[in-house]
Amino acid sequence: MASIDIQSIRKSFGAFPVLHGVDLTIQDGEFIVLVGPSGCGKSTLLRMIAGLERISGGDLLIGGQRMNDVPPAQRGIAMVFQSYALYPHMTVRQNMEFALQIARMPKAEIDKAVENAARILQLTPYLDRLPKALSGGQRQRVAIGRAIVRDPKVFLFDEPLSNLDAALRVATRIEIAQLKEAMPDRTMIYVTHDQVEAMTLASRIVVLARKGIAQVGTPLELYERPVDEFVAQFIGSPAMNLLAGEIIATGAETVVRLDGGGTARSAVPTQTSDMGRKVNIGVRPEDLLAVSGDGLFSGEVQIVEALGEVTQLYVARPGGGAHIIAKLPGIHPDLRHKTVTFGADPAKVHLFADGRSLLYR
Amino acid sequence: MKSKPVLTILHRLAILAYVVFALFPLFWLLKVSVTPNDLLYSEGVRMWPSRTSFDHYAFVIAHSAFPTFFKNSLIVAGSTAVTVTILASLAGYALSRFNFKAKYWIVALMLITQMFPLVMLVAPIFKMLSPLGLTNSLTGLVIVYTAFNVPFATFLMQSFFDGIPKDLEEAAMIDGATQFVAFRQIILPLTLPGIAATLGFVFTAAWSELLFALMLISGNDSSTFPVGLLTFVSKFSVDFGQMMAAGVLALIPACLFFLLIQRYLVQGLTAGAVKG
Repeated sequence: MASIDIQSIRKSFGAFPVLHGVDLTIQDGEFIVLVGPSGCGKSTLLRMIAGLERISGGDLLIGGQRMNDVPPAQRGIAMVFQSYALYPHMTVRQNMEFALQIARMPKAEIDKAVENAARILQLTPYLDRLPKALSGGQRQRVAIGRAIVRDPKVFLFDEPLSNLDAALRVATRIEIAQLKEAMPDRTMIYVTHDQVEAMTLASRIVVLARKGIAQVGTPLELYERPVDEFVAQFIGSPAMNLLAGEIIATGAETVVRLDGGGTARSAVPTQTSDMGRKVNIGVRPEDLLAVSGDGLFSGEVQIVEALGEVTQLYVARPGGGAHIIAKLPGIHPDLRHKTVTFGADPAKVHLFADGRSLLYR
Repeated sequence: MKSKPVLTILHRLAILAYVVFALFPLFWLLKVSVTPNDLLYSEGVRMWPSRTSFDHYAFVIAHSAFPTFFKNSLIVAGSTAVTVTILASLAGYALSRFNFKAKYWIVALMLITQMFPLVMLVAPIFKMLSPLGLTNSLTGLVIVYTAFNVPFATFLMQSFFDGIPKDLEEAAMIDGATQFVAFRQIILPLTLPGIAATLGFVFTAAWSELLFALMLISGNDSSTFPVGLLTFVSKFSVDFGQMMAAGVLALIPACLFFLLIQRYLVQGLTAGAVKG
């Protein structure tokens, strides 16, 4: 059993609160990704689960047992650090053996565990090398190997790929996904600020913000049904565009007159009492379409970023303010300085009142 | 970037000039120590005497109290270096890794001890050691040297511990190591350069200390070598040849010591631990 129960966990550094009251239940075998802006406490939460940070209040249960005051080594967890944290004076083999030797495992078993992990991670030729003689990707694999040999119930990853270059990051990400596949009953908790890692690895994503949890859900739930403007803008890149307006028709389909002049239709249902309510509509850049005739808004394309598969357009916002970003498939070199009208499928138009999504109420 | 050959040459010349400047007194020491007495004043200033002899060395080793001074210095400097390094690495680790109440005041106090000129402290220290029977004893010297060297050595060790990423200890703790095991098996091996530097620094400081050795010790039996050198100065003459020979001999242990520890002084031992 490796379910993890986090019950109103609080953390403050001195008088400064970092997390107040986080509740989260993680099932056996889940792959949970913690995301959030810098300083939101995601690493702190992970370190509290690991036992490296004291828990200021609330309870932490792993496999049903209260772990608040249990030392890290006895929690049945292993952790992979962003900095790898390999012991530099020990060979790859010694690095992986260290925990098992402290646990006084018989030599034959240690050798078997290390060789098995080395085979999985393709580290066998490097077992007798020192960490300084390895590349970044190999070092990170050793760090993962050090976690595997201990056969923990819970794996903790603290931004494990952020020190690798782009190509290596993709390769290692796939290795981690395969690792999870090979160990379906192991629970993994993974901290990252990389959207792609979160979307591709997670069985559920936990978005942390403002010292607590903003939303928990599968990657597509967060993408398609964000609970508030923060999650809507945090998940997806570039961020979702928000446009202010006022509800002018309610029912199964809502109509919003935008401050910039256009009209938006949204598939989010509203009640008669919502009539005249000030709202923000949210549209993802990839959901904006160039249309002829009526649309959400028209604006001059000021910056064009051609990425090959898509083109990102930075469009002047009617009435001024930050650019509205649109992502059109294909290559559109001729749109710069043109005025374009954009529309969107009503199913893709989100509605937020006072920052909260009108889908949830 | 490719450096220009002229700059390289200038750079090398500057280093050469510095090395010559730094080593010339040592060369002169060696030169005088092998110059026979009759040539010392008769040949004028020469870079090397026309005839060399090792008579001064033979005399210093066989007929003076120098071997005793030498042995005393070895005991005092060796014990001081080991004691200080042990205390300083424990204290430095604590200052680097733990937060405790009086930390600020302890550091401040340690800095204050470094502010006074040593001369001011000679009399009170003599007053304290005398009733304890620690004057004229090597133990007394070791205690005094240890007390004076611990603060600086602690700061030195602290900076080395600060350079070791905290992640390594946390990884060791997750691996099941207690804080002490993590210190002994992970941190200490990585601090060897720091320990070597501290050992070397304290050893040379204690080896060449004159003021306290002169004030606290009387009599040849427990004199250290810097005090012993003064015995070559008599009322009417200075025996430069023997003095220099003793000086050259005194350099040997310090050189051996640094030869022994120099491989630990080489940096780069922590390379590969964390992404740098």
